[in-house]
Amino acid sequence: MHTKSRALKAALPYTLPICAGFSFLGLAYGIYMNSLGFSFVYPMVMSLTIFAGSMEFVAANLMVTSFDPLTAFALALMVNARHLFYGISMLDKFKGVGKKKFYLIFGMCDESFSINCTTEPPEGVDRGWFMFFVTLLNHAYWFLGATIGGLLGSLISFSTEGIEFVLTALFVVIFLDQWLKTKKHSPAVIGLMASVACLVVFGSQQFIIPAMALILVVLTVLRKPLSRKEDAS
Amino acid sequence: MTMTVWQSAVIIAVVVLGTMMTRFLPFVVFPAGKPTPKYIRYLGDVLPFAVIGLLVVYSLKDTMVLVWPYGIPEVIAIVCIVFLHVWKKNMLLSIAAGTVVYMLLVQLVF
Repeated sequence: MHTKSRALKAALPYTLPICAGFSFLGLAYGIYMNSLGFSFVYPMVMSLTIFAGSMEFVAANLMVTSFDPLTAFALALMVNARHLFYGISMLDKFKGVGKKKFYLIFGMCDESFSINCTTEPPEGVDRGWFMFFVTLLNHAYWFLGATIGGLLGSLISFSTEGIEFVLTALFVVIFLDQWLKTKKHSPAVIGLMASVACLVVFGSQQFIIPAMALILVVLTVLRKPLSRKEDAS
Repeated sequence: MTMTVWQSAVIIAVVVLGTMMTRFLPFVVFPAGKPTPKYIRYLGDVLPFAVIGLLVVYSLKDTMVLVWPYGIPEVIAIVCIVFLHVWKKNMLLSIAAGTVVYMLLVQLVF
């Protein structure tokens, strides 16, 4: 029990920005579902089982058009393809955490991934449980936000324009943290430049997969110099 | 809503399936018990840096840079975050301050 409570205490502060972001985005999602005519059960179940914010908005749209499971499946694969990169990055970190691994993979949203991938838990805190609670807390924020939004729906009016920027701020800070911690900046620069280039060329709806492909190509071409630099540092 | 409950359930199920495939696939292809190929280990080393860069761009993807306000609130807020974070290195402070600056800008200025 001690191990778990320590891990929970260590994980909580890292998830606070996500609590702010997810409460409002989850709420917005629940309200959106409500406005489409769905009972709160839908955002509740979907936030619990899909747990991939952008895909849930897409799914909501799919559910008010004609019944087309194949398109829904293909869209889910494409919108979420970035998870493949998360998985490859976490292969080692999720080793040896026991049965929790299943939940860690299941709940690997952008925000949980970015914290679990870049944060060393404090001394004496079990890494597996730390990552577990980061994931669980984020899942809970999203679930609660979506369910409450679905319940209260039109009763809520927003005066919180811009709150969604908290998630951008989170990613920017994690990017900076990684930048300050290492001397090898090329992978970070490659990720940024390839994404911007593909965003300009392909537009905001279609840039993710070309960006992933371009990142993969550049990292592969530069494998030798990048590996060498790594050894030197 | 236009679908039956059953149809909605099928849509939710296939979306869950698709999402989970993207999350589980690398772990299924490269199980913990077997040695991971060198190339994949190399990717595991460098991808985290690149993919956070991708996430930064992804979270800004709907910013309108060609029409007013040209992404100016985003730029100002991010510059604040960078200065504050390099100076204080306090994650929560940087995120909170950056978000407040952004909210003030979009609600009061732009």
